[in-house]
Amino acid sequence: MVSVGRRILQALGRRVTDRLWRLGFGSRFLLATLLHSGTALQRFQLTIREIYFTGVLSLIIILVSGLFVGMVLGLQGYDTLQRYGSSEALGVLVALSLVRELGPVVSALLFASRAGSAITAEIGLMKATEQLSAMEMMAVNPIARVVAPRFWAGVISMPLLAALFSAMGIFGGYLVGVQLIGVDEGSFWSQMQASVDFREDIINGVIKSFVFGVIVSWIAVFEGYDSDPTAEGVSGATTRTVVNSSLAILFADFILTAFMFRG
Amino acid sequence: MNRATIDLWVGIFVAIGLFSLLFLALKVGNLSSSSGGETYRLEAEFDNIGGLKVRAPVKSAGVVVGRVSDIHFDPESYRAVVAMKLDTRYKFPRDTSLTINTSGLLGEQYIGFEVGGDPEMLKDGSKIKKTQSAVVLEKLISQFMFNKAADGDSGDGKK
Repeated sequence: MVSVGRRILQALGRRVTDRLWRLGFGSRFLLATLLHSGTALQRFQLTIREIYFTGVLSLIIILVSGLFVGMVLGLQGYDTLQRYGSSEALGVLVALSLVRELGPVVSALLFASRAGSAITAEIGLMKATEQLSAMEMMAVNPIARVVAPRFWAGVISMPLLAALFSAMGIFGGYLVGVQLIGVDEGSFWSQMQASVDFREDIINGVIKSFVFGVIVSWIAVFEGYDSDPTAEGVSGATTRTVVNSSLAILFADFILTAFMFRG
Repeated sequence: MNRATIDLWVGIFVAIGLFSLLFLALKVGNLSSSSGGETYRLEAEFDNIGGLKVRAPVKSAGVVVGRVSDIHFDPESYRAVVAMKLDTRYKFPRDTSLTINTSGLLGEQYIGFEVGGDPEMLKDGSKIKKTQSAVVLEKLISQFMFNKAADGDSGDGKK
């Protein structure tokens, strides 16, 4: 009986220390990435190439989901608002929910599963096929050459993608609200402009998406670099990237929202 | 995929990303119309500000001329002190009086300027005492009810 309790406690302790160790390792890895990002920023061509793979190739999914999220918001928002006779406030509802929350969060979730998983799989496979070790043999630092450009590409792409998502969503809300349902166009835009504040709403949304960009890119490069160099290891790391970054995005979103919009 | 094509696509991506940020700032947000210019500060005391909030608009003749920048309670006079930032393009006479109005039945509350006729203008930091409190709906209803009840009594008395 005592030995069973002891084993349970041991298992618990091992899990906690493992997690803590990984968190510490991850933080040191982030620090190393930041310290070695000189090459990525000096030879910016490396980063541009990665922006193409993470940002440009995510454009389609971001634009299409943004449009549809905006159109659904338009339909659902109109249905609720017209009961209170204030369907002109549709623009405000669509714009605020997109700029403050849905834009940064949904695009970050899409980015994590579209680009984050690809980064992890790529770095993990490079490790499994010993390309990273080969680089080290040639005195090329793989963190500077492989990890940092991908990290910075994610950090740069994320705010742009979130802004595109929001803009596209507002356009979708406009299409459904004004063109399809027939909400007055003037009050749609003017009420939106009256209640969306540049600093309070838009800049805070950009800050959010920047933070999410750092989180997703960090988790993606770290899981890839840390994966077991086997087929199973790479697949497990890819799954962990999507799961962990989605959870981290939602958690960070709560914290950021609590600080930004408490007033 | 050669380098020039990648550069082109990344260029397009960054350009439309920045363009959508600009769209959000100018078309969705109020960057073009808000507080970009010079402002001056006015203070006013109210008995009751109702539901007035910081950043509520300050309007004269229905046009937004400034915004409420700060609201606090004065513990000596037991009144609310509302600070406003007004656009320097608009000057108002010193005997201007202020009212707190509501736009629509359920709309937001704003401060309305009733312009006076004094030749001297309000300056930065001026304090306005001539104010009219917000209309509190519950008070209005209860007053109406009391009046009705009183009318009913006198009506009976006359019969």
